[in-house]
Amino acid sequence: MWEYSDKVKEHYKNPKNVGSIENADAIGEAGALSCGDKLKIYLKIDNGIITDAKFQTFGCGSAVASSSILTEMIIGKTLEEVKKITNKDIADELGGLPPEKMHCSVMGHEALEDALKGYFGENKTQEVKSEEKIDSKKVICNCFSVTEKEIVEAIKEKNAKTLEDIRELTYAGGGCGRCRENIKFLLDKYAPAQELSPVQFVLKVNKVLETNVAHELGKDSGGIELVDVKGKDVFVKLTGTCSSCKNATMTLKNFVEAQLKEHVDKDITVFEVK
Amino acid sequence: MSFVYLDNNATTKVAKEVLEAMMPYFEQEYGNPSSIYDLASIPNKAIKSARETVADFLGANNPKEIIFTSCGSESANMAIKGVLDVNRAKKHIITTRVEHPCVLNLYKDLEKRGYLVDWIDVDSNGDLNVNQLIDLVKDDTVLVSVMMANNETGVIYPVSDIAAAVKEKNPKTIVFADGVQAAGKIPINLKDTKIDLFGISGHKFHAPKGVGALYVKSGTMLSPLVVGGHQERGKRAGTENVPYIVGMAKAASLAKESLQYELSEVKRLRDRLEEGILTRVKNAVLNSKSKNRVPNTTNIGFQYIEGELILLHLNDAGICASSGSACTSGSLEPSHVLRAQGVPFTSLHGSIRFSLSRYTTEKEIDYTIEKLPEIIQKLAKISPFQKELNEIMK
Repeated sequence: MWEYSDKVKEHYKNPKNVGSIENADAIGEAGALSCGDKLKIYLKIDNGIITDAKFQTFGCGSAVASSSILTEMIIGKTLEEVKKITNKDIADELGGLPPEKMHCSVMGHEALEDALKGYFGENKTQEVKSEEKIDSKKVICNCFSVTEKEIVEAIKEKNAKTLEDIRELTYAGGGCGRCRENIKFLLDKYAPAQELSPVQFVLKVNKVLETNVAHELGKDSGGIELVDVKGKDVFVKLTGTCSSCKNATMTLKNFVEAQLKEHVDKDITVFEVK
Repeated sequence: MSFVYLDNNATTKVAKEVLEAMMPYFEQEYGNPSSIYDLASIPNKAIKSARETVADFLGANNPKEIIFTSCGSESANMAIKGVLDVNRAKKHIITTRVEHPCVLNLYKDLEKRGYLVDWIDVDSNGDLNVNQLIDLVKDDTVLVSVMMANNETGVIYPVSDIAAAVKEKNPKTIVFADGVQAAGKIPINLKDTKIDLFGISGHKFHAPKGVGALYVKSGTMLSPLVVGGHQERGKRAGTENVPYIVGMAKAASLAKESLQYELSEVKRLRDRLEEGILTRVKNAVLNSKSKNRVPNTTNIGFQYIEGELILLHLNDAGICASSGSACTSGSLEPSHVLRAQGVPFTSLHGSIRFSLSRYTTEKEIDYTIEKLPEIIQKLAKISPFQKELNEIMK
């Protein structure tokens, strides 16, 4: 069980400002049903001051508590003051959150940002672009404030190879998970897939042929056999209806080779053996 | 009523009789069973007798087929690693997508080490695709590993039929069944099956945590996980945990006596709870509709409400249940079991498991049926999916 502070307990038990505001001046959203967290925040703004705030949250206890306390924190504040609120402020106001739950405060902050951006008419979409230079300040994981530099160091110096490795070493990606695509990008860039041994390579090729390819070809009463592997060249024999099919070359290149490139190695070339 | 405990698939309370049976082995009969003096003879005999009782509980042919371990995870690790170690040439394993993490994560690890693992699907009712499994058995298949009952949904998989079909196709393939969630809930008679290895955990049937057992059918080759002394005939080194082994044996004999009660009365209470919730709470859906379920478990999804929030409010009402949803386990991944079943996102994150025991009373069930609708009504108001909920709740 989580060690929730009394303040968190108080707010998930009896959340304040639940609901929606008709004719709200700003509405912000964060999260999605599929992720298990979604937050909607409604603001009434008068003369640059937030006069009312309400929320609706699909999420765990700390998500509800973060939303609830956020509405209390912003009512009566000027937009300038509200803009300065960070996710850490929300967590601090709650008397702290367990590390795994920090993303709940991030979500509150994101919904607030989203609402303000909408209000000021700014572009809502955010994109993290890949940059050539490693930015020591660029935060990849908002939940745990992990920078690009820290993640690249984990890959280069601590030999991290998977998302799980990164999570264990830096916590990055262990919260809401929205940064996982960006971490994957860094992994692909700085930790190229390890060379398979020749045997592992053949086994993997065979497995992909058996599970992904043979099944599909079988639908047209065709089949495929692995004949030989030399380096990255894979020699296969088409059987059944495939062996006499005019489109066999297309099948080989567009399907068989594509599958092997995707699942085993991007340098694979497939050759047909009659 | 202090609290209502409906999380017996997580752990159970130690039966009073079990604790009483254990006590002498802490205070008086504390001798090391391997020692030569008289003080050792009673613990030694106690272990012998415990082995007979557990063998009887599992329907084993011979007490020698029982090896005592520290827990279900150790039993599973010993079974799997032990089999692979003596069959190093073979690299193909078949298991299911819905195994317990202690088994699942081991296979994921083995996959990285060059094993080919095939993962068998379940349908939307939670039932296993047995034909798919049997089709995949080949000469190279060293191990087939299927749990007897699922911890999250309670669905029973036909491990005895699977073992027979696997052996018919490849007699050399070893079959391991994780029986942790089945022991004490349904009849088990291993001598009538082709199952080679079967793991159980004491604390799931009213023994304390920290003791388990692995059934190893006579003739099954297995290398030990814990190497050292000669204990357990060299298959599991380490001084025997006498009081806990005695406790588990007592729990096993109690479970055997109460099996009929489990199959009739516990099932009646489970069905009462399930029906009560499904009829009174409009956004509740039953996650596993399989006909074959252990009598004590139900898994219900509450659409558009998150599971941890429900659990926290149940806790405030004095009700202990658990969520397959992930927020409780530290990662945000939702239950792999419910996802394998294709449970939609609308209820996936709001799924709650209720698991009863023979100590659960009708009063406790009725209290839960009364409290839950109030909680869901309250939480539905917080959800941002008002339109969807209004449609369902009207």
